Amino acid sequence: MKKLLSLLLSGAMACTLLTGCGGDTPSAGSQAGAEGNPSASGGLFEAVPKDEIKVGVVHISNPAEGTGYTYTHDLGIQGMQENLGLSDEQIIRKNDIDDQDATKIQTALEELVEEGCNIIFATSWGYMDYVEQIAAEYPEVIFCHGTGYKSNGSNFTNYFGKINQARYLSGIAAGMKTESNKIGYVAAQNNENGEVTSGIDAFAMGVESVNPDAKVYVKVTGSWFDPEGEGQAAKALIDMGCDVIAQHCDTANPALEAQNAGVYAVGYNSDMTEKAPGSTLTSVMWDWSVYYTQAVQSVIDGTWTGENYFGDMADGLVTLAPCSDLCAEGTQEKIDEVKNQILSGEWDVFDGVTEYQTNDGQTVTLLAEDYGSCNWYYRNVELA
Amino acid sequence: MLLIKFLVAAIGASTPLLFGTLGEICSEKVGHLNLGVEGMMSIGACAGFMVGMQSDSFLLALLCAFAAGVMSALIYAVLTVTFLADQNVSGLTLTIFGVGLANFIGIYMLERTEDGTLKLGEGITQAIRAVHIPGLSDLPVVGELLFSYSPFVYLGIVAAIAVSLFLSRTKAGLNVQAIGHNPAAADAAGINVTFWKYTMILLGGGICGVGGAYCSMIINSGVWISDNVGGLGWISVALVIFAKWRPVYAIWGAFIFGALRVLKYYVPNTVVSLPTAFYDMLPFAMTALILVISSIRKKRDRNLPGNLGVNYFREER
Repeated sequence: MKKLLSLLLSGAMACTLLTGCGGDTPSAGSQAGAEGNPSASGGLFEAVPKDEIKVGVVHISNPAEGTGYTYTHDLGIQGMQENLGLSDEQIIRKNDIDDQDATKIQTALEELVEEGCNIIFATSWGYMDYVEQIAAEYPEVIFCHGTGYKSNGSNFTNYFGKINQARYLSGIAAGMKTESNKIGYVAAQNNENGEVTSGIDAFAMGVESVNPDAKVYVKVTGSWFDPEGEGQAAKALIDMGCDVIAQHCDTANPALEAQNAGVYAVGYNSDMTEKAPGSTLTSVMWDWSVYYTQAVQSVIDGTWTGENYFGDMADGLVTLAPCSDLCAEGTQEKIDEVKNQILSGEWDVFDGVTEYQTNDGQTVTLLAEDYGSCNWYYRNVELA
Repeated sequence: MLLIKFLVAAIGASTPLLFGTLGEICSEKVGHLNLGVEGMMSIGACAGFMVGMQSDSFLLALLCAFAAGVMSALIYAVLTVTFLADQNVSGLTLTIFGVGLANFIGIYMLERTEDGTLKLGEGITQAIRAVHIPGLSDLPVVGELLFSYSPFVYLGIVAAIAVSLFLSRTKAGLNVQAIGHNPAAADAAGINVTFWKYTMILLGGGICGVGGAYCSMIINSGVWISDNVGGLGWISVALVIFAKWRPVYAIWGAFIFGALRVLKYYVPNTVVSLPTAFYDMLPFAMTALILVISSIRKKRDRNLPGNLGVNYFREER
């Protein structure tokens, strides 16, 4: 009896699989057709009417918590919604999707596809491989992955930006403020992660440009989101004698620890002055609405090209919060001077030509777009 | 000097673990393995934080965190003591419920703020910060090492010693231990088994709740973050075995685990360079090691409640 039942069940499963494939074929065909002769407007996909488009978002935490990574991405989504005039029902969010939890990520992505999303934004690094898989499974849905490096040139693209420009500028604020010439940096990942590492280097170069004697001490938490560890790492850096704490991690805890100890901080993602007004010098920030608006607009217009996106300060994607009153005198002027050079294209942090010395005595160059391959620390950086 | 800073940080990191472990010992001493520590801590964290934020009173926040812990433990106690439900399932459910409820209330409150921030007021922040005892706190080394902590730290140590004295030096405490070893015999000896089971489980819940308040009020410097207990409750459950069911050992156990948790930030990379994952593994490798050693020794630990995990049903005697 049991055998019969399992036979029946497997038969039923095979049937659904077959019909599932059958259902997929026409859409795959139309997809191929779309690629074969692009729509009139020049995109890979047919235009989607504005009142029918559905946008999916996968967040690693809950955007209601008013600081940090997810909050910033969600501000971008809200900005996009406002710019394009979409209704609340057209945006579907999946919050608290742990980037280590494979099942959770897959379920979230599949649910978004089932709910009819035309374009899905996966905002965290750890989703990359899962997004790659599901993009191959559903060629008619567009998947955009933030901060990673993989893409397929059609329905799976990558988006990121030259955050290093703002990091360099924030390094100026830190370098001018420090008195102990020890600057702490709480990093989510070690030097195998190019995003974090190139950010540290850009920051350290900014520090060096105004204060060649200062060193940047890095402590690694090993996690993108570890509130307790981020605070502990900051405390350890302060205990070492650091008097400015910069960060590449999600919570405001490093800035708060700095405030508790009476030292200063450089925030990341959102303006941390709100949470730690007693320590924040400035904050390195993203304005993701610039990208989200453009991406969703191109799907509506049928002009989606499948190209990766890499924005910068000139686009408005990357910004630096205004310097607070805690900054050393003349900081804002110095920052504005360098910022104007960046905006005019006269100078850039990683131009692919300038040679840099690493902290283990090598000479390297880096193009901003190749941040992913950066695994060296600049000469004034020390892994503490 | 860095060593002193390290010890201070370790004691800070060990405090929530101490409360969690102590709470769980209270419950296990009457034979109830409560896997709901994480949940009870979360509920305590939420109650303590929210009340502290509204009232700006540390004492009130502490009392509410304790009361919330007691209430959440009551769910577990009713299920397992009165209705004889499976202890593991009830405890796990309590954890899932507690963490969920705390996050739900947190997000609910956050959505009603203007700037998306829930922050403790100035008064309570001063009260929970490091104490300053004139004279003593200013002493070199000793002042920093002994008299520079949040009131939570001293409260935890006092609580551990009090529970220890109660269990080993009072008649009621010995009765409690008897219940954990053999509830039928205790019952026959005229000990009110149900009363003491409830009392100890609820007391344990309250202590866990206070530990939760540490997590929400201190770890994130007085700013509400979801999941603020972040697995410390689970480590506490493991620590009970590490501490061999002795409240005073819990102080050392929690300290060692706390030290291992901050170790990676205090070992200079220039001296020893190890991947962070290695340090993250240490506390758990240590627990496994202790389990292996204690099982090799074969000697039965007299502090281990003999009837742990088994519900007591009077009519089955």
